[in-house]
Amino acid sequence: MRRSITFAAVLGTSLALAACSGSTSGSDDASDGAATEAADGGTLTIWVDETRKPAVEAAAASFEEETGATVELVLKNFDDIRADFLAQVPTGEGPDITVGAHDWLGEMTSNGVVAPIELGDKASEFEPVSIEAFTQDGQVYGLPYAVENIALIRNTALAATAPATWADAVAAGQATGSKYPILLQVSEKGDPYTMYPLQTSFGAPVFTQNEDGSYAADLALGGEAGTSFASFLAAQSAAKVLDTAITYDIAVAAFAAGESPYIIGGPWMLESFPGLDLAIDPIPSAGGQPAQPFVGVAGFYVNAQSDNVILANDFLVNSMSTEDAQLALYEAGDRPPALTAAADTASADPITAGFRAVGADAVPMPSIPEMGSVWSYWGVTEAGIISGASPDPAAAWDKMVADIQGELDAS
Amino acid sequence: MSSPQSPPTDAPAPAQPPTVPPTRRARRSLGRRDGAHATNFSRGYLLKLVLLAVVDALGGYVVLAAWAQGSFGILWSMVALLVAANYVYFSRRALPLKYILPGLAFLLVYQIFVVLFTGFVAFTNYGDGHNSTKSDAIEALLIQNERRVEGSDAYPLTVLADGDELAFAIVTSDGDVRVGRAQSPLETVDDAVATDDVVTAVPGYEILDRQAILQRQEDVTTLRVPVSSDPSDGSIRTQDARSGYVFISTLDYDADADTMTDATTGTVYRPNDDGQFESADGDQLAVGWRVVVGFDNFVKAFADPRYASPFLKIFAWTIAFAALSVVSTFLLGLFLAMVFNDERVRFRRIYRTLMILPYAIPGFLAALLWSGLLNRRFGFINQVLLGGAEIGWLTDPWLAKLAVLGVNLWLGFPYMFLICTGALQSIPGDVMEAAKLDGAGPIRTWRSVIMPLLLVSTAPLLISSFAFNFNNFTLIYMLTGGGPRFADASVPLGHTDILISMVYSISGVDGNAAKDYGLASALSIVIFVIVGTISALAFRQTRKLEEIN
Repeated sequence: MRRSITFAAVLGTSLALAACSGSTSGSDDASDGAATEAADGGTLTIWVDETRKPAVEAAAASFEEETGATVELVLKNFDDIRADFLAQVPTGEGPDITVGAHDWLGEMTSNGVVAPIELGDKASEFEPVSIEAFTQDGQVYGLPYAVENIALIRNTALAATAPATWADAVAAGQATGSKYPILLQVSEKGDPYTMYPLQTSFGAPVFTQNEDGSYAADLALGGEAGTSFASFLAAQSAAKVLDTAITYDIAVAAFAAGESPYIIGGPWMLESFPGLDLAIDPIPSAGGQPAQPFVGVAGFYVNAQSDNVILANDFLVNSMSTEDAQLALYEAGDRPPALTAAADTASADPITAGFRAVGADAVPMPSIPEMGSVWSYWGVTEAGIISGASPDPAAAWDKMVADIQGELDAS
Repeated sequence: MSSPQSPPTDAPAPAQPPTVPPTRRARRSLGRRDGAHATNFSRGYLLKLVLLAVVDALGGYVVLAAWAQGSFGILWSMVALLVAANYVYFSRRALPLKYILPGLAFLLVYQIFVVLFTGFVAFTNYGDGHNSTKSDAIEALLIQNERRVEGSDAYPLTVLADGDELAFAIVTSDGDVRVGRAQSPLETVDDAVATDDVVTAVPGYEILDRQAILQRQEDVTTLRVPVSSDPSDGSIRTQDARSGYVFISTLDYDADADTMTDATTGTVYRPNDDGQFESADGDQLAVGWRVVVGFDNFVKAFADPRYASPFLKIFAWTIAFAALSVVSTFLLGLFLAMVFNDERVRFRRIYRTLMILPYAIPGFLAALLWSGLLNRRFGFINQVLLGGAEIGWLTDPWLAKLAVLGVNLWLGFPYMFLICTGALQSIPGDVMEAAKLDGAGPIRTWRSVIMPLLLVSTAPLLISSFAFNFNNFTLIYMLTGGGPRFADASVPLGHTDILISMVYSISGVDGNAAKDYGLASALSIVIFVIVGTISALAFRQTRKLEEIN
């Protein structure tokens, strides 16, 4: 017994030390090992999450056949990838390629862990918004494969036509006699992501956008447009349309039970609505201007310290950007593909076509690092206005803008 | 007849027990039995040998891996651990050490190392923008600032080799083959053969096949072939060894002067003390590296005026939360333990089992569950128990504090119940009897006999419970997330935030601000000092308690 404890102790010690060993490593020696392995066509390590794994596996199989390379997929929890990638790339332990979201880009580049990808003429074969999202300072840093955004999901049994404005939607919803005229998750901490299209319809985007679609770090959500959105929130709260008690789970459950004709949400909700006949419409404008939701683009990043740059780029540019590969990812994740040809094929499904149409007029979620400082102030202020905790909406909104500015100045 | 016990007088004297020391030979055989393993292969010894061989093999693997990575700190500490392990288990002199060596090794790796590393990080600027070493940062800056020349063509590219030196061959839109190397710009080669934009033969060069390219990936991706003798025309480079593009670097690194120069504006950036390249006018390049910044993080934690007033409120609430949690759970646990310790209560076992149930649910899950139960409109508490009253259990500052304490009471009393039951049952019956004989009533017995005896055995656990609740991040994070937010503060902190959740929030580890591991480490050291001081003071009080006893 005692000896087995000893054994476990030293085993644990050695493993722990091995795990730490990365922290002080020089990556030069590591390449020797990779070079000898590469004799048989090279080994490519890719981090994927559970939903994308089968699709990437399929693409990897044909790539392996074609080039003789070995592709090793490492299954990761999607939520862990961002932090793990940032921490492990400098130690030389990171993968050659990882899946990721485009809004990680600012953090990735400021920490120097991703390398640009030259798509060449292929860039024009992708949906413009997807390339735009992965572009920073004129360089593309990721190979996009899926575009994701929210839209108005309509229960056609309760509402036959798409509403033109927010007021129409509320009126139509109330006319059906449903429990909720329209469902929008707010929650006690607020949900600025879901409420963003309403905000943009008042002309108050979060940051100013440059001509090429990238964002500058100048806050644009204040001013008159911002405060009129804040008053709108207060009015909707008074009319009992928006409520902080409505969380994601409650909203989805209520819509699934047929308690409302409309819900604002994304494709991830759809599997909760079996049996309902759905239509996807643009989000109705509340403030007169187009209601533009955020677009999130999923893609693949290349490790800046990778020893397999050629293999990694070859795999992404020549294998993952084919229609077959993008359609396989579409089958796995149900998001409209980023490659236009694949998206055209996928649009045979009216639901996908609906989300794609809304996404075409949407704006990419800002990927600048400053975006991280915005969320927690933004959401809580919206929730405060809706719950009535902030009786003066305009003042609350102005304080929020000042606080975010203070945070941006401090960091 | 003499008794059978008495020796017969005529019998020969019994053999004297040997009083002389054992002969040399005897001594040798004794020693062999006790220690000289080399000549004694008992089963236990063989097992030890095998286990230590496995341990040594693993250690050897770690040493080799550390060698390959160039991590000499790890290498030497592993060697030291292995030498120590082998010495302790094979030498007779270090006999007692073999019981504590495993624990000691764990302590070194999982405690001392972690503490020292946290301490080290607290004095660096490790965080977003300072994620790695200087050479990594330079490399990242260079690749980020290499741009494809606008409007330039994509060329089909072939990698060539002339001995050790690599070259690129590209096919222009006219079908010409142009070849160049690092030192010699592209030149049209007339007698090269290209079919369908693929170069198949270039005189004087060997065409590298895919495997050869993959073996020299780094050489291929770092090769820059100038387009012409004018550097401002840019150079051909490739990322996939299939197509080449004309790139131009906008940032140049001068290794001798250790400066970065912007090729378009001529601005020179020099490394500053914060681990970034900075120009004379204070412009900084985005990617930095880790440097030691001294006490900056500690200063930052207290110098930011936006944090001053929330910090005091949060500090006070943290102490109140930890103290009230310990007191409330202890009192309830003690009360229930005494009730169920009374032999007059029937079905005691069933009740006791039920009491433990909250303890069996993982804490974070229970907190999450409670946050649902306490939802203002749809929660079970308001909806069913209070008949639809919309009480903001988690959104009103005071009610939220009450809710946190209440949920922690629900989560924590079974533990106190357990230890109190144990302590009560270990109080000797004769002491109680003596108290009864002396005429003490139940209250007097409780105050003068039970409580002091109970406190002696539970006080250390109460102190550790205080320290645990002081850092009870899970409960706060899962139940209220620190909310409701302070209305008067300009930072994302709330009424139920405790120090550790404040650290989580302001160090950006939660993703709502730029990550700053240095600041987080500095703040956790501050918290450690606070908890340590309070615990030390409390333990001193406990010692007084024992003296009374």
